[in-house]
Formats: sequence, structure tokens, C-alpha cells
Amino acid sequence: MGSALSRSEQVAYVAETVTRSVKLLVAGNFGVGKTTFVGSVSEIKPLRTEETITEASVGVDDLAGLDGKTQTTVAMDFGRITVSASLALYLFGTPGQRRFLPMWDDLAKGALGALVLVDTRRLDHADEVLAVLEERGVPFAVAVNEFDGAARYPLEEIREALDLDPATPLTSVDARDRATCVAALITLVEFLFHRLESRP
Amino acid sequence: MSGPRRDPDLVRAYVRTGGRSRATRDLDLVTLVVAAKNPPKSNVTPQTMPPDARRVMGLCGRHGALSVAEIAAYLDLPPSVVKIVVSDLMDGGHADSPAPAETVPELSMLEEVLHGLRALAV
Repeated sequence: MGSALSRSEQVAYVAETVTRSVKLLVAGNFGVGKTTFVGSVSEIKPLRTEETITEASVGVDDLAGLDGKTQTTVAMDFGRITVSASLALYLFGTPGQRRFLPMWDDLAKGALGALVLVDTRRLDHADEVLAVLEERGVPFAVAVNEFDGAARYPLEEIREALDLDPATPLTSVDARDRATCVAALITLVEFLFHRLESRP
Repeated sequence: MSGPRRDPDLVRAYVRTGGRSRATRDLDLVTLVVAAKNPPKSNVTPQTMPPDARRVMGLCGRHGALSVAEIAAYLDLPPSVVKIVVSDLMDGGHADSPAPAETVPELSMLEEVLHGLRALAV
């Protein structure tokens, strides 16, 4: 072989003891800091995959000979954290827009839950991703990514603006800061754990 | 009105995978893949496999396990194509999961994740 893989020396294989894997989604709109967040907590250099999806064109006349669909390439960044000797956690940066729904099927299935990143300068953009998660039954927590220069608001005001359920955890992070990102993930997984534990 | 058209995604996958448009197995983006310890003795060897299968075997060959998503990223292939190729390799006995699937309750899984994350926070 050899020729098949020129980059093998850079490949970060999972530890030999790891036999199981789970995933969490880091969801949010373009530019909200998903890739930065994943990079801050991942033990490997974040990787990117691209999938071509067919999306229904919106607001475009259905011209003769066209089928009203367009091809879009959706990039997805992801990282990995080995959380125990036998379990690897994968974090997938997930684009929030509804038009990427074909991707969501794949991502949401089997996901433990999602951390939704929001930007206070574009809070209205979060509605779509929150709605998609609710529709799919993916449990989530929300984290405000505190961008430099963006106004700070009390979390209670943000909770109200986003119309979040009182039980939905809401925290703030600096996506560049590993400690705050890890803390947000812990908040999410604690929520997922208690939610499941209290289920009859 | 437009007539029924082939989904170009499926056409692409079909061409790349020698006639398959859907994976034979229900693989996830995070399904872990390794080369089988005891591949079948047959005419099919990594050298005679289709190019994408050969590349997947080259990557997973003897080094260790990777998830479907990682294989896709390293080989610049769409995850949908990797799923089909890996399914075929598993069906043929060339690729495998690192361990027999054990069902761990989601609650213990979450607890395990939580312990791991808390250890990172220290």
C-alpha cells in the first residue's frame, strides 16, 4: 500500500482501548463560533467534511427545464474528545439553517444532545436552529458566545428574548477559551443526564 | 411542471461506489471502523478493490480505528460515500467495528461523558 495514504503520519487514530463512540452537536448559524468552539475543546485538530445536498430553491421561479432545486455543499467541522478509556465523544459543528435539513437527519440521529451557540448581535438568527432541534426532539442547552465588542446582556433577558423553556440551561462562553467551552459542555451533559434520570 | 429527475447526489454516489446508492448497513457518522483481523481468503484484496475502498483500507489498514466522519475528512470524500464503501467492506469481511456492539444504557453513557468532561475541567 503506502501510496494510498501520504498523510498517514498525521492521522490521529482513536486510542486502541476505545470501542464506543457518541456525538454531541454544536449548533448555530454561520459565524457564531462553532468551529472555534470545537477547536477549543477537541483533542485532535478539527476535521472538516463536505456533503453535497439538494435543497429546494426558495423564491426562485420554477423555470422550464429546471427542477427548482439547487446543489449546495455543506461543510461540517468536527472534533473529538476521548472521555474514558473506551469511549470517544465527537462534537459536530452543525449549521443551523433550516435549508440544511438533509444534513440534520444524519447528524441528529443518535446524538445525545446539542449545545446551541448564539450571538447577542443576531439573536433572531437562533430561532431557526432552536425550532429545528425542537422538531427533531434533540435536547439542547444554549450558550451565548461573548464576542469582543458585543454588548453584554443579563442571561435572563436573553432567555426571555429567545423564549426558552425555564428548564433549558443557558450559559455564556468565550469560544476561544477552552475552560468556558468545557464548562458549557458539562452544563449540557448534566442537563441531559438529569432529564433522562427523572424520566418515569 | 418538471418530470421526475434523478437526485444528483445519488447519481454521484452510484458512480463512485460501482452501483450502490445506499449503504447496506445503518452506519453513523461516529461508527468506528478498523480493518478486520481475519479478512476472508478470497480474490478480493486491497490491491484489487475499487479505488475508494482501497483508500479506506489504506487509512484504516493497520493503524487503528477511525470514525466514518474522520475517514471522510482524511480522504476528502462525502460521508454518504464513505458509508457505502465501509458497508461493502464490512459485508465482505474486510472491515469491522473495533468491538462487538455492546449496548450501554444512555444514562451510563452520559455519566461516562460527564466524568470525562469534568476531568478536563480540572
